[in-house]
Amino acid sequence: MRPREEAERPRDDSVSPPPAGRPGSGLARDEAPGGPVRDTARKGRRRGGGRGGDRSMVPPAEFRSYYGRPIVKAAVWHHDIPAYLFTGGLAAGSALLAAGGDATGRPALRRAGRVSALGAVLASTYFLVNDLGRPERFLHMLRVAKPTSPMSMGTWIFSAFGVTAGAAAVAEAAPLLPDRGVLGLARKLLPPVGTAGQYGAAVVAPALATYTAVLLADTATPSWHAAYPELPFVFAGSALASGAGVGLLAAPAGQAGPARRMAVLGAAMELYGAHRVETTKGILSEPYTEGKAGKLLRAGRTLTALGVAGAVLGRRSRVVSALSGLSLLTASLATRFGIFEGGLASARDPKYTVLPQRERLARQAAANGGDGGAKTQQPG
Amino acid sequence: MAGPNSLYGPLDPAPDAGYVDAPPRMGFFTDTSVCIGCKACEVACKEWNLIPDDGFNLLGQSYDNTGGLTANSWRHVAFIEQPVADRGASTDTPGVFAGLPVGPSVSAHTAVVAAGSSQDQGTDPGIPPAVDALAAAATITAPNGPQFLGMPGSDLPGRTMDAPRSDFRWLMMSNVCKHCTHAACLDVCPTGSLFRTEFGTVVVQEDICNGCGYCIPACPYGVIDQRKDDGRAWKCTMCYDRIGDGMTPACAKACPTESIQYGELDELRARAQHRVEKLHEQGVDSARLYGESPDDGVGGDGAFFLLLDEPEVYGLPPDPIVTTRDLPDMYKRAGLAALAMAATVIASFVGRRG
Repeated sequence: MRPREEAERPRDDSVSPPPAGRPGSGLARDEAPGGPVRDTARKGRRRGGGRGGDRSMVPPAEFRSYYGRPIVKAAVWHHDIPAYLFTGGLAAGSALLAAGGDATGRPALRRAGRVSALGAVLASTYFLVNDLGRPERFLHMLRVAKPTSPMSMGTWIFSAFGVTAGAAAVAEAAPLLPDRGVLGLARKLLPPVGTAGQYGAAVVAPALATYTAVLLADTATPSWHAAYPELPFVFAGSALASGAGVGLLAAPAGQAGPARRMAVLGAAMELYGAHRVETTKGILSEPYTEGKAGKLLRAGRTLTALGVAGAVLGRRSRVVSALSGLSLLTASLATRFGIFEGGLASARDPKYTVLPQRERLARQAAANGGDGGAKTQQPG
Repeated sequence: MAGPNSLYGPLDPAPDAGYVDAPPRMGFFTDTSVCIGCKACEVACKEWNLIPDDGFNLLGQSYDNTGGLTANSWRHVAFIEQPVADRGASTDTPGVFAGLPVGPSVSAHTAVVAAGSSQDQGTDPGIPPAVDALAAAATITAPNGPQFLGMPGSDLPGRTMDAPRSDFRWLMMSNVCKHCTHAACLDVCPTGSLFRTEFGTVVVQEDICNGCGYCIPACPYGVIDQRKDDGRAWKCTMCYDRIGDGMTPACAKACPTESIQYGELDELRARAQHRVEKLHEQGVDSARLYGESPDDGVGGDGAFFLLLDEPEVYGLPPDPIVTTRDLPDMYKRAGLAALAMAATVIASFVGRRG
């Protein structure tokens, strides 16, 4: 287990210490004042690998923990949940695309949006049920409606969306039905029901795309919670971009104009939000820039940029448009997994729990004119 | 019923949850200054509540082979070996330990080795390995000290020739679910499985829990956890099935030193205040209460502690704040983003055809 090695490399301008428990790790027997778990090794070079004279000018980020074990528990959700973050956003973006397409007379956008919304809803349902520890009890989600639980609110939002978007998608099959008989009646009734469902789904869609951000942020997972002001914008932008991706994939050049504009605006919203998350949260931005999360978010950013470029420049080429649509969809997927992984990483390292809370206590102590510092400054 | 402090601030939780004529709020006061690390609380808890084993692991963390609170460990005794001079301040004879030849603990060295390994507790996430094994180490400052070769130490304290002598203290603490005034696990539970009892405690209804796992990252203390084999979340109930009959919870009943005290929360708070003042009089300046204040980030803990070092040394967050404090803000931001999303779609479709 040496993920820190990689994390440390960019900051380290001198000697990268060998991992603990290996020869030369410099873990010396000594009687440092303080607890058994005083961590001076990360940023500070005080430990120096036993080579002496290697001292950084940066003061060490010092904190203590219980044998380095995490304080908060990381979410137990598997890949189902980030996958749902994507499919839920895709469903919302597609439903909006369908409504816009229908309202402005672009049948290709309507059809593609309705069908992909239903597909994404079905996939989401699978992911959500599959991730439960007791999948057979999924209906327990509908026992209560609880505003303090974003997951409860989300369940109801998702249910409302599923019903309306489902109706809209099924209505697409109306032209395939025979003219007469019971099915003929269905053929006549389905289109208005589908239209109602389509606009109903479009009204619910923005809530579906953004509640998932509250879902992640309303936890003690440090980097998710800290990102709560921007996370809804990241997810909203990502949902728009993925919906636009569907439009670019499915619609002929003559009808894809709104999808292009949606791609550009959605990508801008997503990139701005992600940039804020990755740069303004102090130490809690770090998990989003390192390791697996960093790779995924960087990949997402690159693919978004490529997708937008393709959408804008390739408007005459069906192939370039389709490729940029695919790029936007992949970007959205990578972004969701990146945000998810970043939060998990922040929960697994006690540094991200202790240091921000210590800073907060120090600020409070300073604001109170130095008193109240007993809790923060008292040595052990 | 729901009031202005329902999400944050001082509150009596049972009436806020809707109980009429609720009994007094009950709680635990865990005084770590008299804990002897016998783990009777862990055993009593397991026996009364029929909790499965947690893997019979050897963790290399001093005498702590439980590791932390999990779905299969509702009490956890932490052991911390510190090369810190106590000088016998907490005994009747101040200075009684001064100058005794005790070397640094080897615990840190074994911990570094152990920290990289994950021991299966039968729960998820359970006790994962330390991300940074060095963070598990104790004592890492001598630039020219002996090299640590990755072998657990085998010397007795004071026997190593090249180690400087130091005094030594051993901290022990029986950790438990805090039964927060503002319990994030309860707030975020989407099924209503977690509920507030008439005693102000927080309990999981296992016939309702569907294992969604939301409570687990929501807890600011990392208490609640999921059993791998049955998929549901489990944690301390403060022996809801005992206290309803006026009995003492199993852990408190079993504690031989009254380190764990059970009773009405108001009375426990007064008792704890008295105890910490007495310790300060005796020269134990490091004694402090943790989680007793109704003004803290979770509105005060139903189970609070007297600690002898910083909370994080025991694996507790130094300044926990219930995540739902910011929930109204979160919904506002999400609402703004949703409006921005709708506006974006309208802007995309209005205008020239193309």
